Amino acid sequence: MKQFKAFVKKEFHHIFRDTRTVFILLGMPVVQIIIFGFALTNEVKNSRIGVLDNSKDAATESLINELEASRYFDIEKNIYSYNDIEQSFREGKIKMAVVFPQRFGENLQHFNKAQVQLVADASDPNVANTLTNYATAVVMDYQKRITGNRQLPYTINTEMRMLYNPQLKGAYNFVPGVMAMVLMLVCTLMTAITVVREKEMGTMEILLASPIKPLKIIIAKAVPYLLLSIVNVASILLLSVFVLEVPINGSLLLLSFESILFILTCLAFGLLISASTASQQTAMFISLTGMFLPTVMLSGFMFPIENMPLPLQIISNAVPAKWYYMIVKDVMIKGVGLESVWKETLILAGMMFFLLAMAIKKFKIRLA
Amino acid sequence: MSNDKVIIAEQLTKRFGHFTAVDGISFDVHKGEIFGFLGANGAGKTTAMRMLSGLSMPSSGKASVAGFDVYRETEKIKQSIGYMSQKFSLYEDLTVKENIRFYAGIYGMTDTFIKDKTGFILKHLHMESEADKLVKSLPLGWKQKLAFSVAVFHEPKIVFLDEPTGGVDPVTRREFWSMIYQAAETGITVFVTTHYMDEAEYCNRVSIMVDGRIDALGTPQQLKRTFNVSSMDEVFLKLARKATRAAD
Repeated sequence: MKQFKAFVKKEFHHIFRDTRTVFILLGMPVVQIIIFGFALTNEVKNSRIGVLDNSKDAATESLINELEASRYFDIEKNIYSYNDIEQSFREGKIKMAVVFPQRFGENLQHFNKAQVQLVADASDPNVANTLTNYATAVVMDYQKRITGNRQLPYTINTEMRMLYNPQLKGAYNFVPGVMAMVLMLVCTLMTAITVVREKEMGTMEILLASPIKPLKIIIAKAVPYLLLSIVNVASILLLSVFVLEVPINGSLLLLSFESILFILTCLAFGLLISASTASQQTAMFISLTGMFLPTVMLSGFMFPIENMPLPLQIISNAVPAKWYYMIVKDVMIKGVGLESVWKETLILAGMMFFLLAMAIKKFKIRLA
Repeated sequence: MSNDKVIIAEQLTKRFGHFTAVDGISFDVHKGEIFGFLGANGAGKTTAMRMLSGLSMPSSGKASVAGFDVYRETEKIKQSIGYMSQKFSLYEDLTVKENIRFYAGIYGMTDTFIKDKTGFILKHLHMESEADKLVKSLPLGWKQKLAFSVAVFHEPKIVFLDEPTGGVDPVTRREFWSMIYQAAETGITVFVTTHYMDEAEYCNRVSIMVDGRIDALGTPQQLKRTFNVSSMDEVFLKLARKATRAAD
């Protein structure tokens, strides 16, 4: 135990002496949460649109007011011709144009039928799609209102309810994603590097020639990163609850337990990498390509797994972050208990034991 | 005399697949002796040393270190030896004191022992004012001397030094060897590999490995007489030329 304490203390010396790394380790989750929370969001807010009103009547005016009032659109006023629209798109001033044809109001009144044209800049297809959807919704709303309570034959009204995330906040999606990413980075990358560094410097030889057991070395190396990761989980959760207003609907205890399970999985992977490589660069390269990229691409956090081709969907099952991401989303956002995530938990635990066993085996082979 | 022997090797062999790195070496080392372990690169010195220090299992043969068997009692061997490798073995980003504390800690020394002995060592090395400086700020010679002090801090029976003076200037090498002599006087057995033939002359006895076998063993005087030359350098060259194995 005394040996172990001396070792862990030494590891903390290493970590805290390197202030830049400490800053990155503890600051990264905060920065990521803030960037994802405020800068990178796929919600479309305050998009600049142009309105070409060829009719200028009461109906168009109130529709324009509706568009203006919604938080999705800001209206660029000075559009008077089709040429202006073209020009504004080219200059990037607007993302979408709404064109009312002549006699819009009249047609609506007398023929019960009028047309409005939405022209969107589809160089970014997602934004174009979202904007036209929003605009259509605003128009539908207006239509409903002027129809009033008059009963029309055969109308189907779809009513949508967004469960668990009624405001469709992006934060509900990325908080679990950022957690998976940060833990992966801190645990896998840092543990891999710290063990390999001892090999590179030749101190590993000295350690192995000393009475301390290899298993103890490995555990002592991992402990500081386990603690750092717990601090990171806490800071991410605090930020998401108090700054991004993402609630923790499920049990905090369960969430912590699952996080520790995932941390251990990442640590085991880091140890496995360090046991199979001899230089810090290789270790870093393998951690980044082998763990970090799959975490970002295949965990479902950035890109929905359902949309991927089948081979990628199958591969994604081998990414621990995918399971952790699912668990966190379920526990945190949906508020479910262990009875709903036991399968994912079991898979994660299996991965952890598998990686750990491999890592220990590799270490032993090296020593023989 | 036989209980005076702290290292006994009999037909000690290590094979890696078809390659025999160490080919049936036999020798004894006495208590308090400075034993030079020489050989060209790739002759098998490091492998032999790794077997004796419990880092690697022999393929066949017998050996005991500090009275413990190298197959079954590696843990006890590790407790009884000190080890300093050819690569620099202290942590550059820790201070002098932290390094001492750490190594003493993993050998299970008590706090009071560590405290007293740290003071003693720093005084001896004239490094009291450097105690809280990072090791990377020290000159190489000082680091090397400090590394040796750390290797014998827990008062081992035997200390294994793997090319301890590589890249060090002659003055510091001389100082380093006087530390080795002091350690030997306190009864610590010194097992040292080196490339410097002048250092071979400082040893009580020397063995020279060629292609995994010990081709010569004796005091420097004996070896020089046997090969009828005037320096260890020439002894070494005569033997090393016979080597068929390429240096790594």
